[in-house]
Amino acid sequence: MEFFKIRKDIPFMRYALVFNVISVITFVLAVFFLTVKGLNFGVDFTGGTVMELSYSQPADVPKIRDSLAKLGLQEVAVQNFGTARDVLIRLPLKAGVSSAELSENVMTALRLADPTVELRRVEFVGPQVGSELVENGALALFFVCIGIVFYLWFRFEWKFGVAAIIANMHDVVIILGCFALFQWEFSLPVLAAVLAILGYSVNESVVVFDRIRENFRKLRKSNTVQIINNAITRTISRTIITHGSTQMAVLAMLFFGGEALHYFALALTIGILFGIYSSVLVASPIVMWLGVSREDLMPTKKDTLEDGRP
Amino acid sequence: MNRYPLWKYLLVFVVVVVGFVYALPNLYGEYPAVQISPTRTTKVDQSLLTLVEEQLKQANLAYTSAALDEQGARIRFTDTETQIHARDLIQKALGDNYVVALNLLPATPAWLAAINAKPMYLGLDLRGGVHFLMQVDTAAVLKKAEENYTDDMRRVLREKKVQYLTVSRLERGGIEIRFRDQAEREKGLEVVRKELPDLDFIEIERSGDFIIGANMKPSAVMDKGRFALEQNITSLQNRVNELGVAEPIIQQQGQDRIVVQLPGVQDTAKAKEILGRTATLEIMLVDEEHDVAGALTGPVPAGSKLYKMRDGRPILLKNRLIYSGDNIIDSAPGFESQTNTPIVSITLDARGAAINQRVTCENVGKRMAVIYIEIKSDPRLDAQGKPMLDASGRPLRVSKRVEEVITAPVIRSQLGKRFQIEGLDSVQEANELSLLLRAGAFAAPVEIIEERTVGPSLGADNIAKGYKSIWAGFAMIAVFMIIYYVVFGFISVAALAVNVVLLVALLSMMQATLTLPGMAAIALTVGMAIDANVLINERIREELRNGNTPQASIYAGYDRAFGTILDSNVTTLIAGLVLFGFGSGAVRGFAVVLCLGILTSMFSAVLVSRAMVNLMYGSRRKLEKLPIGNTAWKEAAGHG
Repeated sequence: MEFFKIRKDIPFMRYALVFNVISVITFVLAVFFLTVKGLNFGVDFTGGTVMELSYSQPADVPKIRDSLAKLGLQEVAVQNFGTARDVLIRLPLKAGVSSAELSENVMTALRLADPTVELRRVEFVGPQVGSELVENGALALFFVCIGIVFYLWFRFEWKFGVAAIIANMHDVVIILGCFALFQWEFSLPVLAAVLAILGYSVNESVVVFDRIRENFRKLRKSNTVQIINNAITRTISRTIITHGSTQMAVLAMLFFGGEALHYFALALTIGILFGIYSSVLVASPIVMWLGVSREDLMPTKKDTLEDGRP
Repeated sequence: MNRYPLWKYLLVFVVVVVGFVYALPNLYGEYPAVQISPTRTTKVDQSLLTLVEEQLKQANLAYTSAALDEQGARIRFTDTETQIHARDLIQKALGDNYVVALNLLPATPAWLAAINAKPMYLGLDLRGGVHFLMQVDTAAVLKKAEENYTDDMRRVLREKKVQYLTVSRLERGGIEIRFRDQAEREKGLEVVRKELPDLDFIEIERSGDFIIGANMKPSAVMDKGRFALEQNITSLQNRVNELGVAEPIIQQQGQDRIVVQLPGVQDTAKAKEILGRTATLEIMLVDEEHDVAGALTGPVPAGSKLYKMRDGRPILLKNRLIYSGDNIIDSAPGFESQTNTPIVSITLDARGAAINQRVTCENVGKRMAVIYIEIKSDPRLDAQGKPMLDASGRPLRVSKRVEEVITAPVIRSQLGKRFQIEGLDSVQEANELSLLLRAGAFAAPVEIIEERTVGPSLGADNIAKGYKSIWAGFAMIAVFMIIYYVVFGFISVAALAVNVVLLVALLSMMQATLTLPGMAAIALTVGMAIDANVLINERIREELRNGNTPQASIYAGYDRAFGTILDSNVTTLIAGLVLFGFGSGAVRGFAVVLCLGILTSMFSAVLVSRAMVNLMYGSRRKLEKLPIGNTAWKEAAGHG
């Protein structure tokens, strides 16, 4: 079985502008949604209390709201979660009330209303912890970027590092844009997924870059555009197959992982799908426009183990 | 030409076998058990176990085994219902002096346990339980310390007959002493420098006033913080016993935080109540004029009160507070320098010291008792056992004092700021007494700043969903790989399976905490690890297409793909390491598995699959065709 029998190089670079215009438009849209709608940060980042409850019958959400209102809790989000019997309650941070009391009071009130209620999960994050998590998250993103740029610089040349990080940061922004547009909850696991995907998709750029370098050495008569076209054509089948298999694993998580892994898997899915596109079709034109040339790559000493791209 | 030297086959073989063996404990599941652990005053031994076994037999509760171990006794059951019945029965039979906890213990066979093979350690989101992050209010501790220093300064200045105007603690921190003139200030400075080595002093000139400014030295600030933290950890450890948790974790995190993890705890309200309790100490004189026996049977003499010692003996105390735990600054176990017997030394603040001096002077030869008091608070229940609510719907609570005399030594001479309790039986007793004294000393307030509670049913659901995701992903990839790459696809899938086994084995060996994101990372690793085999297989196909012999193609495929595999893993590893560095809790669990998965996948995708290919094809001289899917078409020679 064989999916890709590409006999001629596909002139990807002829459409370089188109790809990048598409990218810029999606990017601008993502930034637009991020600024207008903003991310729907989970309790990890905002602080507050989340309670997951399970009833033996479909839950009566208005009644639950009533019980909570009696406790003086007005700004409470009560919604179904997964099934009709499961309910998620979000309580904002409230000065002067300890978390311990808050969730206990809520449980006592709800138990009186319906004794079958079962507490599945409580998460309380205090304000100091929330802001620390935001800070650590931003730092983590920054250091992953720095690490990757330096690795690519060391491995290739700065133009490649810059191109890869632009292409992949644009993935990150698009994932975040989707989360803003649909107001999906942005939690710690989602952040972890975003960073993992950043590391994962960069290697796709690495594969193409490796081939570009090899071509610069082997195909002396070709110009830069031909070299990039050839490199992308010859690696595209591998790129699609590996991303496809990773996507299969992620789809399994999306379908079977339940609510807890839902947004995590969703972030990975967007990341993988956009990763194919951006790490290949966005990164390479940027390298081209940054003016990569044979001279940039010739002095490197490595050669025997370099290649390996199918 | 594609043959490994024997040692390489052996290496791969040994690693895979060891991996399988250490991954094995995860297949045996867990069985419900009741765990009996001793408290401070009791011991769990064979006679106790026999007693418990008899009780169980009488009540007709079947158990599969009962054995002693380092922590106490474990009794296994076949189902959780019997387990819960048995727990209630045993707790009733043994009373409050033992911790009787429900637990799920791994059903690892003895031969695996003997080589230290354990199942993976599940995080709270998988097994259910409570996680608290508590922050010690260091500012309150320092404020209290400065107040004590303020008192101390007044005392030493008075003792050394230095004339001062005022000594005051500033709202923003720090202490100022005002003097009338330069000469007194110099005298004062000399005195406080000598007497209070934990403070830094500076002279301040301000509109004709002669002032000494004092601040705690950084080392003293650190010490106070550490003391407050240790004090809280100690009292938490004492109280957690009461919850009947089998494997509680109470750990310091950072400079001023404490992590408390209570696996399996379902009654979070009770957990919070117990952890949030405050303890204090009261020091009173023993009533030596009246007889304890008389007070037990007849009326308690006026002005006295009956208490219990830790071992249950009654003791009669004069009902007048001398000083309290708030006046105790420090206590530490140690040894008496001459007799080399264990002692506990105690340091009081200035107020406590002054009272101590007066009271002990008047009562030499009599006994002084230290009472440890814990304030419990329980929800108030109505006649039906339902919680009662106040007007705004909040549950009402009742407070209860639990009092216990922890020591009642004889006053040998007049005591002051520092004194010691002697005549202790063992080092252990000295340690315990010192810990209790610390726990009851002025308590640094703690606040819960993070709570994560997962109910047991959700934990079990999470495990099931995690497994399902991993297997579904694995199955899809396996089907695809075998269809696409035929026999080589099968080899890749086998290598992928080895990868999962090695990853599980590594996690089990390291006893790293497996969280739900950790399970997600296993699933993700499965998807990403196949990448390496796709690379290799594609490369072999390409070599074949270019007209190379099958053997040469295998060789070149593995050889040349390795650089790429390394590259593609390094960037993911960078992300994983950073996540590990900055992540906490569940995210860290994700990062650990991601990083380990990358390492195991390098081994399995390259070495294991190569060993299999070598064994199958390496020694065949006449190999015409490789079962790696369609390679018949030729690539176009040109480009551009």
